[in-house]
Amino acid sequence: MAVLNVNGKALNHNADPRTPLLWVLREQLKLTGTKYGCGIAQCGACTVLIDGVATRSCQVPANSVGNRKVTTIEGLAANGQLNKIQAAWVAVDVPQCGYCQSGMVMAATALLAAKPKPTDADIDAAMTNICRCGTYQQVREAIHAAAKA
Amino acid sequence: MTIHQTSLGRRGFLVSGAAVAGGFSLGFHIPFEDGAAHAQTVKELNAWVVIHPDDKVVIRIARSEMGQGTLTGLCQLVAEELECNWSKVTWEYPTPAENVARNRVWKNFSTGGSRGIRESNQYVREGGAMAREMLIAAAAAQLKAPAAELTASNSVITHKASGKTVTYGAVAAAAAQLEPPKEVKLKDPKDWKIAGKPVKRLDTVDKVTGKQIYGIDLVLPGMLVATVRACPVIGGKLKSFDAAKIEKMPGVKKVVAIDGNAVVVVADTYWNARTALAALPTDWDIGELGKVSSETITQMLTEGLVAQEAFVGNKVGDAKAAIDGAAKKVEAIYSFPYQHHVTMEPMNATARVTADKCEVWCGTQNGEAALAAASEASGLPVAKCDVFKQLLGGGFGRRGRSDYVRQAVLVAKEMPGTPIKLIWSREEDMTHCQYHPITMCKLTGGLDAQGNLVGLRVRISGQSILASLLPGNLVNGMDPATFQGLMASGVEAAYGYNVPNLLIDHAMRNPHITPGFWRGVNVNQNAVYMECFMDELADAAGQDPLAFRMKLLKPKWAAVLKAAADKAGYGKPLPAGHFHGLAQVMGYGSYVAGVAEVSVSADGHLKIHKITAATNCGHVVNPAQIERQVAGSFAYGLSAALYGEITVKDGAVEQTNFDSYNMLRIDEMPKVETVLVPTGDFWGGVGEPTIAVAAPSVLNAIARATGKRVRNLPLMHHELKKGA
Repeated sequence: MAVLNVNGKALNHNADPRTPLLWVLREQLKLTGTKYGCGIAQCGACTVLIDGVATRSCQVPANSVGNRKVTTIEGLAANGQLNKIQAAWVAVDVPQCGYCQSGMVMAATALLAAKPKPTDADIDAAMTNICRCGTYQQVREAIHAAAKA
Repeated sequence: MTIHQTSLGRRGFLVSGAAVAGGFSLGFHIPFEDGAAHAQTVKELNAWVVIHPDDKVVIRIARSEMGQGTLTGLCQLVAEELECNWSKVTWEYPTPAENVARNRVWKNFSTGGSRGIRESNQYVREGGAMAREMLIAAAAAQLKAPAAELTASNSVITHKASGKTVTYGAVAAAAAQLEPPKEVKLKDPKDWKIAGKPVKRLDTVDKVTGKQIYGIDLVLPGMLVATVRACPVIGGKLKSFDAAKIEKMPGVKKVVAIDGNAVVVVADTYWNARTALAALPTDWDIGELGKVSSETITQMLTEGLVAQEAFVGNKVGDAKAAIDGAAKKVEAIYSFPYQHHVTMEPMNATARVTADKCEVWCGTQNGEAALAAASEASGLPVAKCDVFKQLLGGGFGRRGRSDYVRQAVLVAKEMPGTPIKLIWSREEDMTHCQYHPITMCKLTGGLDAQGNLVGLRVRISGQSILASLLPGNLVNGMDPATFQGLMASGVEAAYGYNVPNLLIDHAMRNPHITPGFWRGVNVNQNAVYMECFMDELADAAGQDPLAFRMKLLKPKWAAVLKAAADKAGYGKPLPAGHFHGLAQVMGYGSYVAGVAEVSVSADGHLKIHKITAATNCGHVVNPAQIERQVAGSFAYGLSAALYGEITVKDGAVEQTNFDSYNMLRIDEMPKVETVLVPTGDFWGGVGEPTIAVAAPSVLNAIARATGKRVRNLPLMHHELKKGA
């Protein structure tokens, strides 16, 4: 039995300790908002925060996380209230299919924490997630809107 | 706990992942199917509309939502005629088996070809209008007032003379007992209040909280997870595998071969299944297919460019004679590679098979095809099968196929009663697709002394999608869809240029790599061939490419190109080093055009600054969603133009994941400005046509910027530096 600190809770799991964090979250802890896209840290669909740093969880062995704090998409809304980034995403109506959007929102969360008023160049550098529907224009708009909120 | 149940009667229960975690810890028992005991008692007004006593409106959607916004648009159309309160609208999917059982009351479930709105708008609006008339008739009885004196608006029926009102919810039960009207008159689109407006999507909030369940997220009680490895060479066979090597690995439950070409590991989790599969020794029989490579495919297609026999798709006058007698002759050869759809959610399906029942949960663009696949794979009649559709993490044509459904059912059949979720790895997904077909094209044009186009000869050589996937749809061996965008006539994808002598034909050459419908399909390469060559002809004629086109284009094609050019400021001064390129096409019933503004730096770096895109789709149901589809079409089309290429070595696809198959990200995404110019006299599609102008508009702009004509995609292989 191993313990992970996820969304403010200590959660136990039985997975092999080398299992990627992504699959522990999805299959052991039933937090399926974090998505599998490529498994090789390219697409960003699996992005979570580890001590506030946007991290591709498909390439992080669960036993390397230790007691650092993991935040997933499920951990952003507090008491049922969307945080300002999620609220901006809804206001701009960003998602199309939505599959990449958990990772997009997590990457944007880390960006805005580091740079509360990001420039377009900051967004280009930080938002390396792949979206196949092509929501990029709305993602950019929503990040700027959240920065102003 | 979230149990997704609909107002339809027979229904499997879907339980979200997070909910099950709680459910299990509390020891809940969740039945697979209940039906009567839990079925809601609210009777439908008709197949499309259910109204609850609390005024909640449930609209049934037969087409699949995969990001394109069709469910919101279809709900808008129903709600418009229903005259209901938009804030009360929710939606649900009927199942394919319910459609079959009810004599296909929801008609076509297939979601491809940008058909969702353009082909169902009439009957879904009629469904809304009929429900409205039934509600008014029931209100007339309750208010004791003539129906003709009642008006319906915002889910309230009002008798103006008496001032009495009644809500939809209050009369819905009575209305549901009434006979539907024989016919209804639909509203004039100019009177629309919900349709035609940029209302927000109905499916957004759960997509930003992680609550949205896609097929890959499904959890069912007692479920096991499987993953598959098919022969790396498509068409090859499984020779042998050594299950004993992995049977004792953690979590492994079963190792099975399916269809003679694939092996599957079933385990307690995906990660354990994947880990075990990676360690499974397998031996494949690939035969002669192992000799096929991209080089041999290119040879095959090159021969087709000059072959004597070809299927004629569009012929006017005598192109050969006109070109032979022309003052100037222009010739070029283009090519377009295999490309992958890359849905962000890899292929997956969950199946449960017992002696008398087969249930499937999956994202699919074609619920009825998935149902047929479930029936065929399980050996059970369709009446004993059903498919519970999930939202798709991308479709793009890939999820119109049911190969992954078949596999899940075959595995589930080996373990009766146990739900099996089959997930493809990204590597499996990349290497076992039905790819955008590969073609080449030789174009020859003749200009007279004044630079007028007098003859045009277009020979396409390459792969037919229909020959592989739907051979029954070939017409005397010809694949008419090959000529998408170049067709002589029709409302689907007609050629827009008046050329006095024209011959467009197709030498079909079908390599073993399976082709499929890839968002935009054959319009994509045909637009590259035609629109880039139009620029080459204009250059040879010494004319501006816009002016050259406008002389040849038919009115609707010309109007949309002019709209894009005007909005982009085509012909006016641009920032230093910036150049415009343009392209137009008709596809999926709509007329579209794009103007790309690019620069190429001295060291060859391409920057796509801006796209201006015009669309005439006849009617606009949701302008905000159309703008997103148009911008998304450039993200998709430019990804392909810049990076999209699947290559073949030793019979197998070489690209295995995103490190070898790149895609456009936010830093390369140009600003896209959308111009809607609907003419109101037809219904056209939106999801696909614009993709086709992405590549040629950019290629034409690059040629202006560099003087170099790129005729083979993707762009990543080309050195754009001047003089290079």
